[in-house]
Amino acid sequence: MEKMKLLAQWTYTPKPIHRGYTKEVCLVDLGNRDGKYRFETKTLSDEFVERFTGGRGFGLGLLWEAVNENTKWDDPENEIIISGGPLCGITQYPGAGKCYSVFLSPATKQTYASNAGGYFGPLIKFSGFDSFELRGIADRNVIIFVDGDQGKVEIYESPFSPKDNSYTITDELHDYFSAEDEDRENGKRAISVVSTGQAAAHSYICGMNFSFYDLRRKVARLKQAGRGGGGTVLRHKGVHALVVKKRKVTGVENDPADLATLQQVGIKLHKEIHDYDDVQCKMRKVGTAHLNEVMNDYHLLPVNNYKFGQHPDINNIHSDVYTSLFTQGLPDGCWYGCSLSCAKAADNFELKTGPWKGKKVTVDGPEYETAASLGSVIGIFDPKWTIEANFYADHYGFDTISLGTILAFLAECYELGLINKDHTGGLELTFGNKDAMMEMIHRMAEGTDEFAVAASRGIRYLKDFLSEKYGADRKVMEDIGMEGQGLEVSQYRCQESIAQWGGYFLTLKGPQHDEAWLIFMDMVNKQLPTFEDKAEALYYFPNFRLWFSLVGLCKLPWNDIEPADNHIRYKGIEAAKVPEHVQNYVDIFNAVTGKNITKEDIITQSEKVYNFERVFNLRMGKGTREWHNIPARGLGPVFEDEYMARPDYFDDKLREAGIDPQGLSVKEKIEKLQAHRRAQWEKLVDAVYKRRGWNKNGIPTLETVKRLGIDTPEVVEVLKKHLRPEDEWDN
Amino acid sequence: MKLLKTYAEKCVRCGACMAACAKAYFKEEDPELSRIRVSDVGNMPNLNVCNQCGACIEVCPTQALERDKNGVVQLRKDKCTSCMMCVGYCPTASMFFNAKKQSQPFKCIACGLCAKACPTGALEIIG
Repeated sequence: MEKMKLLAQWTYTPKPIHRGYTKEVCLVDLGNRDGKYRFETKTLSDEFVERFTGGRGFGLGLLWEAVNENTKWDDPENEIIISGGPLCGITQYPGAGKCYSVFLSPATKQTYASNAGGYFGPLIKFSGFDSFELRGIADRNVIIFVDGDQGKVEIYESPFSPKDNSYTITDELHDYFSAEDEDRENGKRAISVVSTGQAAAHSYICGMNFSFYDLRRKVARLKQAGRGGGGTVLRHKGVHALVVKKRKVTGVENDPADLATLQQVGIKLHKEIHDYDDVQCKMRKVGTAHLNEVMNDYHLLPVNNYKFGQHPDINNIHSDVYTSLFTQGLPDGCWYGCSLSCAKAADNFELKTGPWKGKKVTVDGPEYETAASLGSVIGIFDPKWTIEANFYADHYGFDTISLGTILAFLAECYELGLINKDHTGGLELTFGNKDAMMEMIHRMAEGTDEFAVAASRGIRYLKDFLSEKYGADRKVMEDIGMEGQGLEVSQYRCQESIAQWGGYFLTLKGPQHDEAWLIFMDMVNKQLPTFEDKAEALYYFPNFRLWFSLVGLCKLPWNDIEPADNHIRYKGIEAAKVPEHVQNYVDIFNAVTGKNITKEDIITQSEKVYNFERVFNLRMGKGTREWHNIPARGLGPVFEDEYMARPDYFDDKLREAGIDPQGLSVKEKIEKLQAHRRAQWEKLVDAVYKRRGWNKNGIPTLETVKRLGIDTPEVVEVLKKHLRPEDEWDN
Repeated sequence: MKLLKTYAEKCVRCGACMAACAKAYFKEEDPELSRIRVSDVGNMPNLNVCNQCGACIEVCPTQALERDKNGVVQLRKDKCTSCMMCVGYCPTASMFFNAKKQSQPFKCIACGLCAKACPTGALEIIG
């Protein structure tokens, strides 16, 4: 690569980390397409740190200050803020390299927070910054480089074309910025690149790829902050890549207060993973794709746009098949010290289509979500097709989850006759049509075909587009389009799990599995038997899981490995909490920060940010009950073939609801089941809002924000605009 | 392959090996700093020391563990990120650590100082 043209350069003195924090922010403002680049460091107050803890909390706190209620995702005021959190970058405990990206989302038009592994979060922190804050829109395409060794921030004119994609950009920048390192391989591993692909120029569903350099494979790997459209925002700002470089990681950069405890707790978990992973989740061999057959067994695998939960071809995508496709025996952690090693990859994979046809590549994943999204949900049970689609989705910048759910929606629209070949540019977009689906992915990335561009903007956009442009039936699309708040549903068929209705559709940011993945507890482990358990779970788990996003941890080592006696010592919802691991988190938080928190404080730290984000969305014109929509397909069967796939099961469900199915037509049965479940949904919404300290309209009450200490004048002002007496609870 | 072979039946649990090891590498005679550990198991001596099997090499994310020309597994401290995965994955629990002294783990490198210090011939460098 030729020498890049330097457009701006600043120096700074990296602030050392003390007990997990630098309390410094790196702000890069790209101006308003006028080339007025600006850099500054900001210091966070102790009060800010106390209120937001770190990571996603810092991102939300900074974004709140940057935008107003009229700011749109494509305004220069919108920001991308990437923050690790106080535990981010420790090496002694598995899964501690995570960071969170916060921005106003093009998909949901409200706040989004998306997490990623890779080395960017830790290295930007070791370069002196708890948060990297990107503002403005550049006058041209640029590369932003933070040199943590030299204390420099530089902006270069991007040498890449708008059609260059993530693997190209990432590889070349790892190469470019390690050119002066004597030990080139270790130079490359001191770098992390954040990029996206060409689809981000028009799509609303593009994520950001965060890299780390794999010393054994000698390639840069990509981990995704996939959801919510962060990549779309990045490209819109004219940023082809963010790059950080920081050499020499010793494992004590965070200046922990008690290294001995950190080591002991970490080693305990390493041993647990060593002893039990092979008999529990097999994360080290197959990553999250171990779930494929389990989901199928319990009718939770999404098949053909979530119509069905099982498929006879499940053995084609069995975890054993993926195990054989992934290279085994490598330490596949996406940060140092992650012995869970779930970042699996298929090596020497020869691409059969697209611009890189014939090229052999290393493909990151697929993880379970992609095995299902670019697989079962679109009726495809061919792992090699899925791996190829996974590669191109990452390369182009697509969030694989939204991509698959969109394609599934389109396939059903096609099979229902709502759209036809005249609309799809000649593609026969039926379930299982591999060639048509792959071609559609390439077209969605290319951005020249009107239909494909509309598809790349998500289901909510498509519902408007298809009804207005082609007269497609709006009601049917509302029933089958698996989205909430403008975000496509991730890959669990939730209709038989009341807890997961809430886990998906009573969320801050739309139906993802980051916030409350309760389906396994509910349907497989049967840990939430009562309605009260489910409502309690929808209070506890979203708050508990949010804590990972505050401190810089991955969720997986919490319950994708468990102490052998967890299910003996604890029952029900307590077992689902994995109390011994919760204590680990208390211990390592205290060991790093020198504080003295309890397990109850974990929930309080999270609840502050959870409610703050809810108020933030209220400020942006969302955040009320009407935005917690759930499609009919999320609740139960919509069409007769779905009901008739399990007629006895659904008849029993009607009887449990006090409805005699005898003499009813299938259509009538579906109507009654839907009506019953819709009533249950409303009951669930009430119960959950109440438990969360929100009013009937889903708004945190003044008492709640006071209890949490987030009742700043700005928060109270937003609430007072929206809180109405008629929305208060009766008792 | 060079390694330290142990003969537990000859061990009298005097601790001379641990003292020699700790003194050589940490300048203190604290058994907690030794790369060989002698303990009682059922009133019998148990000698725990690296057998140079190399399982740790596979799990190290930074390739900080490697065999030298003698086949001895060496930890390159400059490459180590103190993640402790090698400690958790050592089949014989022979990778040791002590946060007061250093963030990185430490292990037997078959130097033979302990064997020289042993009064009963319970330790021997072979290979």
